[in-house]
Amino acid sequence: MALSTAAAAREVRRHPRPDRGPLFVAAAIAALPLTVLLALALSATGAPTEDMRHLFEHVVPGVLLNTVVLVFGVTLLAGLLGTALAWLVSTYDFPLRSLFAWALLLPMAIPAYVLAFVAIAGLDFAGPVQTALRGIFGPDLRLPPIRSTGGVILVMSLALYPYVYLLARGAFATQGRRALEVAASLGLTPRQSLLRVQLPMARPWIAGGMALVAMETLADFGTVAVFNYDTFTTAIWRAWSALYSIEAALQLAGLLVLLVAVALAFEQRAQAAQRHTALGGTAAPRLRLRGWRAAAATALPASVLLSALLLPGIALLSWAARHAAEDLDADWWAAAGRSMALGLMAAALVCTLAIALAYAVRVRSDPVTRGLARIATLGYALPGAVLAVGVFVPMAGLNNLLESAARAVGGDWPGYLQGSVAVLLLAYAVRFLAVGHAPIEANLGRITPRIDDGARLLGATGFALLRRVHLPLLRTGLLTAAVLVFVDVMKEMPITLMTRPFGWDTLAIRVFELTSEGEWTRAALPALAIVLVGLLPIALLLRRADRPDRG
Amino acid sequence: MAAPRSLLSLALALLLSAGCSQPGAPTPAAATDAAPPASSPEVVVYTARKYQLVEDLFAEYTQTTGTPVRAVTDDAGPLIQRLRTEGANTPADLFITVDAGDLWFAADQGLLAPLDNATLTANIPANLRDPANRWFGLAVRARTIAYSTTAYTPERFASEVKGYADLAGPAWKGKLCLRSSKHVYNRSLVAALIARYGEPRTEEIVRGWIANLATEPFSSDTLLLEAIIAGQCAVGIVNHYYLGRMIADQGAVPVAIRWPDQDGAGAHVNISGAGLTTHAKNRDAAVRLLEWLSTAEVQARFAAANQEYPANPQAQPTDIVRGFGDFLRDPIAVAEVGRLQPTAAKLMDRLGWR
Repeated sequence: MALSTAAAAREVRRHPRPDRGPLFVAAAIAALPLTVLLALALSATGAPTEDMRHLFEHVVPGVLLNTVVLVFGVTLLAGLLGTALAWLVSTYDFPLRSLFAWALLLPMAIPAYVLAFVAIAGLDFAGPVQTALRGIFGPDLRLPPIRSTGGVILVMSLALYPYVYLLARGAFATQGRRALEVAASLGLTPRQSLLRVQLPMARPWIAGGMALVAMETLADFGTVAVFNYDTFTTAIWRAWSALYSIEAALQLAGLLVLLVAVALAFEQRAQAAQRHTALGGTAAPRLRLRGWRAAAATALPASVLLSALLLPGIALLSWAARHAAEDLDADWWAAAGRSMALGLMAAALVCTLAIALAYAVRVRSDPVTRGLARIATLGYALPGAVLAVGVFVPMAGLNNLLESAARAVGGDWPGYLQGSVAVLLLAYAVRFLAVGHAPIEANLGRITPRIDDGARLLGATGFALLRRVHLPLLRTGLLTAAVLVFVDVMKEMPITLMTRPFGWDTLAIRVFELTSEGEWTRAALPALAIVLVGLLPIALLLRRADRPDRG
Repeated sequence: MAAPRSLLSLALALLLSAGCSQPGAPTPAAATDAAPPASSPEVVVYTARKYQLVEDLFAEYTQTTGTPVRAVTDDAGPLIQRLRTEGANTPADLFITVDAGDLWFAADQGLLAPLDNATLTANIPANLRDPANRWFGLAVRARTIAYSTTAYTPERFASEVKGYADLAGPAWKGKLCLRSSKHVYNRSLVAALIARYGEPRTEEIVRGWIANLATEPFSSDTLLLEAIIAGQCAVGIVNHYYLGRMIADQGAVPVAIRWPDQDGAGAHVNISGAGLTTHAKNRDAAVRLLEWLSTAEVQARFAAANQEYPANPQAQPTDIVRGFGDFLRDPIAVAEVGRLQPTAAKLMDRLGWR
């Protein structure tokens, strides 16, 4: 951030009056989630105190502990896995390295809730693995249960580590030779150089990835529901569906948002002092590993891929094959088309907003703008079902208002605002802006003020600077953002369920309908389709991202 | 410089696909949404009964009558919230749920309209519909006891377990499996027990169940049945149709049903049902669809899609379901079970049923 203060100062010097544009841009983008939060706060009033007392006495303490354990566990394990794997494939050379380098990203396409139901169907007591083992070792064999705190942490980490891996790999791959050469010339071994040079330099990327993982974990409903692991999200759901009190649910949601805001403020303070620019230079050559080291280096990514991608993929395939003949009809293809369409539209919208936001902060780096950017990305930590209510309430209100207005002048208001694609996309934007913002912001931080100065000397200022200099340099971040959002929208359930227009049933909705009736094997076909469609853009991203380190 | 061009092409591709996908994707909704809702002869259904269980019947109805049926699926909670928020402007004409509690709550919120209709009152028995006729049961499911026939002979099991309360006894320690308390089916069951025995006695029973658990509660009845088959537990409480579906899918399985409390109050039953929304725009068309769904011939298929019991006594359940045998149903009005649901939820929270 320090660098952009300097940039902003120069910006001010160049323009005669302080530029308020960026502030307005940031405010406009933050207004979306703010409206949602405000609508939620207004709807939250009037919860029966008896219900709230019950929740705080019997539900909240337990789920608070569970939530903290889960978020810490998943963020740490996914962060560790993602960083270690990224460092391994970008620093060393070992058998199958180039395969792993891109394949390790693929599990991102598997929704965590799908991995969860595959893990439980496969590994629980009644599943084929334990059944086979009991066949060998006798009926009294008892293994540690998969439906446990450890199980849910492991499964979510395997599903979410790619977020950290993707960002960390980008950081390691572009750190350049010079930093490592300096480290080596100071007598640092590769391990020391990792701890003292590479990790600190990659910190904003790793932290960004881990923050995404934390928020994804916090907002998750599907995975914890399959594991029957009670978190804040399930408590919100319970207040809503069991106590019939949307008000109590929204009050719990408010508490959750508050917790997230506090956590983000801390993270912000920790990062504020950091300054990151790239040293440049070509990518460092990778060190070749031999013997047992090479074997160990191959074993780690191989086992991650096996458990996060290959085995679940095989399970899904075999289940899907059972039902493909009857289920693979025109309806199904239409659902796949709609999933993709929504993903693409949301990706385009979110990337545009994320660039605008990142720029507003870069150009005008005062606390207000930065605070607005924080608010703008808060939607990611909101459980989808809650956010859906927050979007739905103002839209329905507006719609009712328009309807009355139309009637007052003797006309007829034709549509339903709250059930239109535009509203669905708006809701996605609120939910996933953080996903698009993180890689773009991190990437933008890499573009040094010197580049701006150089460009300006050559006459590129303002929008031209963005278009001709920054956008090309932002290519990786932008593509990463687009792919992350696309894949996330493909996997999204609750918002799509609540705000989709008639006829916009997607693959994720098929999965929801089948799994909520306990039809796991029939859900495999749409789940597999989500995975396959998600793989396409990820492959595209990989092709692009791999280009720089070919040199 | 290739970079800016490739970026531009990416952005273009994104925009193009975004732009094209709208007309490209099949959206009959978009076309009809533009027309004034009052003039379109169609029925809009908000349904918590999952799409795969109703789509064929809706398609058939459209084919025979020419009336399009448009359905939005979701869980009951969000659908009720949607109805509340939309108020008088809701596009929904019919609301379908899979639990009496949700129907009771929707009616309580004033979202469902009373409907005095001779066909419906003739087809659906009084205990399966709202006393004020705001909703009508369409299919009946029993939440019953299922046990492993590998571990017990029917005679032995029948002598040891007469009803739900017996599963709280010390003989079943480490042998009982339950589904998560978060599911509405368990909430309704506990609400029915509260109506039957009062809160203190119900609390005793539920505490006994939790003490007897063989493993953490499952997130679905299907997983629970598989655990019984695998020998993880000897007995569990499930909706009868999950076993029906399993038999339809795989043939015979080593699990049998024991109808609870046949000498007393009977087995707890719940309904999947429907009601006309208060602000229905296509009221007549919606009522005609509801009448059609209540006829004996359609009822048989409505129930068969999910191995349930038809609400219309003229209709027959599937052979598999008939194979479970006749049983005494708890005659308690389903509306009462709905009213007691929050009480049941709090009781389960207090006792730590996860």
